[in-house]
Formats: sequence, structure tokens, C-alpha cells
Amino acid sequence: MAEFFTPTTEQEFAENFAQLKPVMNRTEALYESSRCLFCFDAPCIKACPSGIDIPQFIRQINSGNDTGAARTIYEANYFGNACGKVCPTEVLCEGACVYNLQEVKPIEIGRLQSYATTKVIKSGEKLFGPGADNGKKVAVIGAGPAGISAACELRSLGYTVDVFEAKAQPSGLTVYGVAPYKITNEETLAEMAYLQAQFGYNTHFNSPIKSRDELEKLEQKYDAVFLGIGLGKTNELGLPGEDKINCTGAVEFIAELRQHHHEVAVGRKVIVLGGGNTAMDAASESSRLGAETVLLAYRRAKEEMGAYEFEYDLAKGVGVKGLFNVAPIEITGNGYVAGVKFIRTETSDGKVLEIAGSEFVEPCDMVIKATGQAKQTEFLGLIPGLKLDGKGRIIANAHTGQTSNPKYFASGDAWNGGAEVVNAAAEAKLTARGIHAYLSK
Amino acid sequence: MPDLSINFAGIKSPNPFWLASAPPTNSGYQIMKAFDAGWGGAVWKTLGVPVVNVSSRYGGLNYRDKRLIGFNNIELISDRPLSHNLREIEEVKKRFPNHAVIASLMVQTRQEWHDIVRQSQDAGADGFELNFGCPHGMCERGMGSAVGQEPKILQMIVEWVMEVATKPVIVKLTPNISDITEPAMAARRGGADAISLINTIQSIVGVDLDQFAPYPIVDGKGSNGGYCGPAVKPIALNMVKNCAQHPDIKLPISGIGGIETWRDAVEHILLGASSVQVCTAAMHYGFGIIREMTSGLEQYMVEKGFNTIYDMVGKALPNVLHWEDLNMKYKVTANINEDKCIGCQLCYTACEDGAHQAIKLNAGTRVPEIIEENCVGCNLCSLVCPVEQCITMERTDDGTQHLTWKERTAAGTAPTVFEDEKAGGRHHWVPEPSAALGKERHKTLPGKARLYSGETVLPAEAE
Repeated sequence: MAEFFTPTTEQEFAENFAQLKPVMNRTEALYESSRCLFCFDAPCIKACPSGIDIPQFIRQINSGNDTGAARTIYEANYFGNACGKVCPTEVLCEGACVYNLQEVKPIEIGRLQSYATTKVIKSGEKLFGPGADNGKKVAVIGAGPAGISAACELRSLGYTVDVFEAKAQPSGLTVYGVAPYKITNEETLAEMAYLQAQFGYNTHFNSPIKSRDELEKLEQKYDAVFLGIGLGKTNELGLPGEDKINCTGAVEFIAELRQHHHEVAVGRKVIVLGGGNTAMDAASESSRLGAETVLLAYRRAKEEMGAYEFEYDLAKGVGVKGLFNVAPIEITGNGYVAGVKFIRTETSDGKVLEIAGSEFVEPCDMVIKATGQAKQTEFLGLIPGLKLDGKGRIIANAHTGQTSNPKYFASGDAWNGGAEVVNAAAEAKLTARGIHAYLSK
Repeated sequence: MPDLSINFAGIKSPNPFWLASAPPTNSGYQIMKAFDAGWGGAVWKTLGVPVVNVSSRYGGLNYRDKRLIGFNNIELISDRPLSHNLREIEEVKKRFPNHAVIASLMVQTRQEWHDIVRQSQDAGADGFELNFGCPHGMCERGMGSAVGQEPKILQMIVEWVMEVATKPVIVKLTPNISDITEPAMAARRGGADAISLINTIQSIVGVDLDQFAPYPIVDGKGSNGGYCGPAVKPIALNMVKNCAQHPDIKLPISGIGGIETWRDAVEHILLGASSVQVCTAAMHYGFGIIREMTSGLEQYMVEKGFNTIYDMVGKALPNVLHWEDLNMKYKVTANINEDKCIGCQLCYTACEDGAHQAIKLNAGTRVPEIIEENCVGCNLCSLVCPVEQCITMERTDDGTQHLTWKERTAAGTAPTVFEDEKAGGRHHWVPEPSAALGKERHKTLPGKARLYSGETVLPAEAE
């Protein structure tokens, strides 16, 4: 039995994808902020990759200084609003809250953060502005969390910044890759508009940088180039039948969903391949789009999944079933997906072993591959002297973000291999300062 | 089951909980509803020459998410015609002959006092409470706290009342005075049967940050009002104790101030009250709170083996001493239960900034450690600790020694000069002032990225 009816209108879509962390009202924020103990050397701050002074902003909310709270948040993290909603707070700030040790519900830090920042975004109140023009220019490739954060920080340091983005909208995976029940497009884009209005960086959408020629122009025109390009498409699995209609990558599926909502069709019986957080998102989303059954197939045991426990719980909560210790060996069907042929597996010394003769076919009419994203190594190969590590990640100084080509700096998924929005936002800020240190020499 | 009934200076009541003279006792309707809900008595909203009130009249003091921990008002005595009030008193008494109905009174001349006492008596009131406490509006007209602050006048008015009163007379005292026992003594000298305290405390409960006017706001202006609610209980308890301990007052006390639960009531009773009056809590939550109050009181009495209210009246008084009679040899030291500690480190900052620098942090754990030799046993850490029974104060003296300040003074071992070797703090450890510098962690928070200083700090390294 499907839990969700297939949404056919924007209204129905919104109901099926109701926000997990809806924005608080003033009373909720007052009550929740009242609970904060104001810990010394607070564990929540340490657990936040962007180091937001959390007890400070919570106290500011409690004393009616919501604008000051937003300032505290944005001082540390330009994606303050988005992070409040999309961060895995359960394992970051809220997971570190001392209340957990008392079996008391931790402070809803994420929602408080979104509360303060939503309010200031709606009011349009200006908290920051660009620094005095220092005459230097930086090109930012990619308008995701890394690129936009770098742009904001660089503007505050007085640089002229041009952001080049292949897609039509800013914010990267926040608008193209995050599950719609975590944040809405409107919220994401409102924060982007708010930041651009404050810092005044130039944006160039639908402007992919993909050739050596284009890179050369940037190198000539700009004093430094920031790489915030993230990751590429979903990895190919190399399975027979992978090209069948209705076999798609999770990244592509989610991007489509974020842009076209209920107009995206989903199969009746969906199989999601993978055990990471993206797999959980894709499975959960399929269910909310009205799929009758959603099966999450992972080649190792449940305990070995990369996904956060709460993400798996979330998927289970909307009817997703798990199938463990199975490896796909073929996508069956005639033109269209008709099923996945699996072989059962067992794990021995950390290695996945297939059990001979255990093949079986699980029928379905859609396959979503959430099996990791490719690195953009081909593009990165166009940058002279740019070194990548064995996994295709850009090698850059952890303090300054500077790559082996001194003019290029990097942050975000292309550097860290794929992490949270908050990691990209925090790293980009440091890298922007690395650029500043380099160009100030 | 224990007997909750009282006989307060001759006024009988099925339980010690009375509604104080205030808006909840403005009408017969309200008082009947309250009695129906379980209240033992009610002090009728003060009768006198009716007034005209302003709006708004009430101001609230909120703390974090708690509403009305303090409350104030600029409302005056009853604004209803005396005849209406008297008729309703009569009706209430007919329906509730065993409940206490006390008429609060406030007039000016001797004749007026005689008249209103007689009329209330005729209406069936079980007693009188003379309102010498109202700290706003009426005092400017020479009544209320203006009387309460002048023991001679207070005594004189009590004497006028006693000339005609055939029912018990309670004098309600104002806390707006330096020594509450002075007006209490005056009441006693005047012949009063009992006292009640405290009335509201002159206050400004808050200032509107947009209108630049105190609450409650009347057309953009305000006035000082009378403070009450949970926040005033400590002041009320102290004054109740002062009157109860005074060797010459010896009058039944009706305790008023910050009573919201049975616990508050028991505290008043243990310090000498034998009836308690409630107002703000009833205004906040309604008459229904009486069920919790009587049930809690009853349960407490069962657990402690008290059969009547009088078994517990003043039970704590022998343990309230003057500071100079406290044992200075008694010593407690803080103890942190590591298993219960959640690592908020509030005790550390409290002791570090607010007390005696007797708690330290150790690398690798968030559980702070007590530096026993520095701990003066002040209690602050245990008070700020958010976990029940996590920080406890453990006795560390052997109980064999007893020495008070009074005894030290008599023995000549108390410090007497400015640079005295005998000073207590002389032998306590105090860190050098310069050790304070650079300790505030927020200066190094990684989030302060906008405060660019030319350095780059990775979050992981910022500690």
C-alpha cells in the first residue's frame, strides 16, 4: 500500500513533501531558545563545521534581538538559512547538545537558525556590505555553497567577483540536490538573492566554463580563480541494461524533482541502488511521489550503510523497504526497465563476496542509481599544473585552499570529495581568506 | 486524613486557602464560583467610596518563556457601589455559611470606618481586613500604604474599628516600609485580632522600549504600581518570619505573597502563617488551581504526620537565626557526580567568574573538577547546575566544632582593623589578576570569520 497518493498539483506536492523543519513562529522560537543552557565552550559550536556561535545567537533570539542572531549566524556561515534546514543537525550541533546526555530533547538549533535568518531575509535588512574596493578581481567557477560563500567573503574583503554557473540558478545542490522536504526552492533562492543584494558579486548563469580557451580568458582577466565546481554526474555502474529507459541516476532524478515537482513521474515499483544519504533521499522521494513500493538495495549489511541512521529512519517512515547484502548484476527488461537481477552477497574481512548461484530477479519499473558521483577530472585536466589525488579530488592547502597551480583555489565537494553544504560554506570562507593572503603578498 | 480546617483569630474556614482582596474577589459571582471550586475563604475586594479606574491596569514581568513571574497593577479598590457589594456578601454567606467571607475595608474618617464596619457586619461578613497597604492611587489620598507607613495613624484607625467591630479584625500590612514589625506592633497595640501580609510592593514592572513609558501604559503614560506574583514570595516570607518571630506581636498571621502551589503555601505556614491568601495565581490560572493546592497540602501533611494546620505553623521558625548565631565551623564542599554531569560547564563559568575559581577543566573530558582546597562551599555551582542532584554540597567538617560570629566577637578573635590578620579572605587562595587575561573563549571562535586579522584558522584547529 502506498502511503502517498501521486501528487498532481503543486498543493498536493507540497503536502507530500511537507517540510521536516518548518520555520518556527516567534512563540516557538521564544520557548525553544529559553531552553538553551548557554554552555561554556559549547559543544554545539565545536560540532559545527562553520563554527557558528550558537549559544550567542540563541540568546539573542531569546532576548528579542532576532536581527543580531542572524548577524551572528551569517558572520560564520553565509548559508545560514539553508544550513539550518539541510544540515544533518542530528549528528552535528544538535547531536552535540549536552541535553542528549540527560535524555532530554536537544535544542532545535537548526530550526532556530532558520528562524532568525528567514526573518532577516524577509525583511531585507542589510547586515553586511562589500569592503572597500581593492582593485583586484577573482573569478568563481560554480555558484554552489562553496562558490557563493567564497564570493561573499571575497566581496567583503574588497574584491570584484564574477561567478560563472553552468545551471540557471545559484546555490548548487541546495536547490538541485537536496530533498524537497528539507528546503524549498523559494527559501533557497531567497537566501541567494539576499546575499547577492548585500555583497554585490556578479553572477553569470547558464555560463559553463568547460574549455581551455575559457579558462585562459579567466586566468588573464582575473587575479585568482576559485574552483567551486562540486561533483559530476552519477557514476556508471557498468551493468548490462543500464541504458534502459527508467534507469536513472539519483543526482539527476533529484535535480529533476527539485525543478519540476509533481510533473516528475516515478515508477510504481522503484528500486534504489545504494546505501548512502542520497540513496535515502531518492527512496524517500520516490515514495512521496506515490510509488507503490520502494525497495532500497544495498550490497552490504544494514549496519554498514553510509547513510545517517536518521536518514534511513526517515525513509523507513514513509514505507521504504530495505534489501541488504545484494549486488545488482543486470538491469532486465525490453527497452524499459522490468527488474533488477541481483546476486546475494556476504561480507568477509571488509570485502563483499558474491554467493554463487544465488541470483534472483526483483521486478520493478524504475531503477535509481545512488551509487556515487563522478569527479570532474576531465575538466580539471584543462588546468595546467593542477594536481588531483588518487580519488580525483583536487589537492589544495587545507588552510588556504590554494592548489598546485597558485592562481587556482578550491573548496567544497571537488576538494573534499563530497560533504555537507556546511562544509563547503566553511571551507570556502577560509579559502577566500587564503586568496586574500596570497593576493596581499 | 489530615484536618485542613482552620480557626483564624475566630474566623472559621474549611481550609487555609483564601482569595486575597483583589480583582478575583470583586463580586459575589466570582466568590461563589471560587468556593464552589474549593477555596476556603475570600477577602472581598476592598470596600470604600467607589473609585473610577484607568485602562490598562496590569503590567507583567516575563522571564524567558515564563509569563507573569512578576505582576503589577494600578487598579484601585472596588469601583462598585457599596450596596451592591453588601447585598452580594449577604447572598454568598447564605449559600456558604461555613466559608470565610472577610470584608476588606478602606475609608478615611472615624465615622466612615464605624459605618462601613457596621454595614459589613450586618451583611454577614465573618471578619474585616483593614487595607493599609495599597501602594498606589489610594495612598496619595491619605489611605492604603500611607496609613500602613505611619504606625501611630494605623493604630488610631484600628482603635476606631475596634470600637464597633464584633467580628475579628485583620490588619493588612504594606511591605513598603523598612521594618514590617513596626506597623504590626501598632496593629497589636490598637487591638487588632490578626495581621495579614504582604500587600503589593511599590514597583515599576518594566518600561516599554518603543513608547518610553512604564507598564501598564495609560495613553502613553504610566505610574508606579503594586508588585506581586511568584517573584515577591522571598520578600513576603521574610516579612512573615519577622512578624512571627517578634516576641511582642503574637498575632495570627495570614500569609500573602507569591503563593501559586501548595509548596509556597507550606513555606508561608512553616514560617508562621496560619492562613494563606492567593491572588496573582488565581488571576493567571483561574480558581481551579485550588485543587492542586489542597491536594498537595494534604499529601504533605500525611507524609509528615501533621494532623492539623496548627501542627506545622511556624515549624521552621526555630531554625531561622540571626547571621551572627550561625555555626562558622560548619563546612561543605561541592561534589560533582561524574555520571550525572552533562558537561555544560555552567558550574565552571559560575565559579570562575562569579565565585571563587575553585573549579577547573581538564583536557579530554567535559566534566569539570572541584579544586577542594579553593572551594569555600558557597553553593553557586550546585545552584546553576541544570541536572538534579549532580552537584551536591557534602559536609567536610567533623561536626565537633561550633563557633559563631557572636562568640568570636566575645572572644576577641573577630577581625577589627582594616588589615586584620584574622580576616577570612586572608587565608583563601585568590589567583593573580593578570591570570585573567586571554581566557575568554569567544575571542577565538572560528565563526568570527568577518573579523579578519590576516590569519587563517581552520575550524578544526581553533579549539
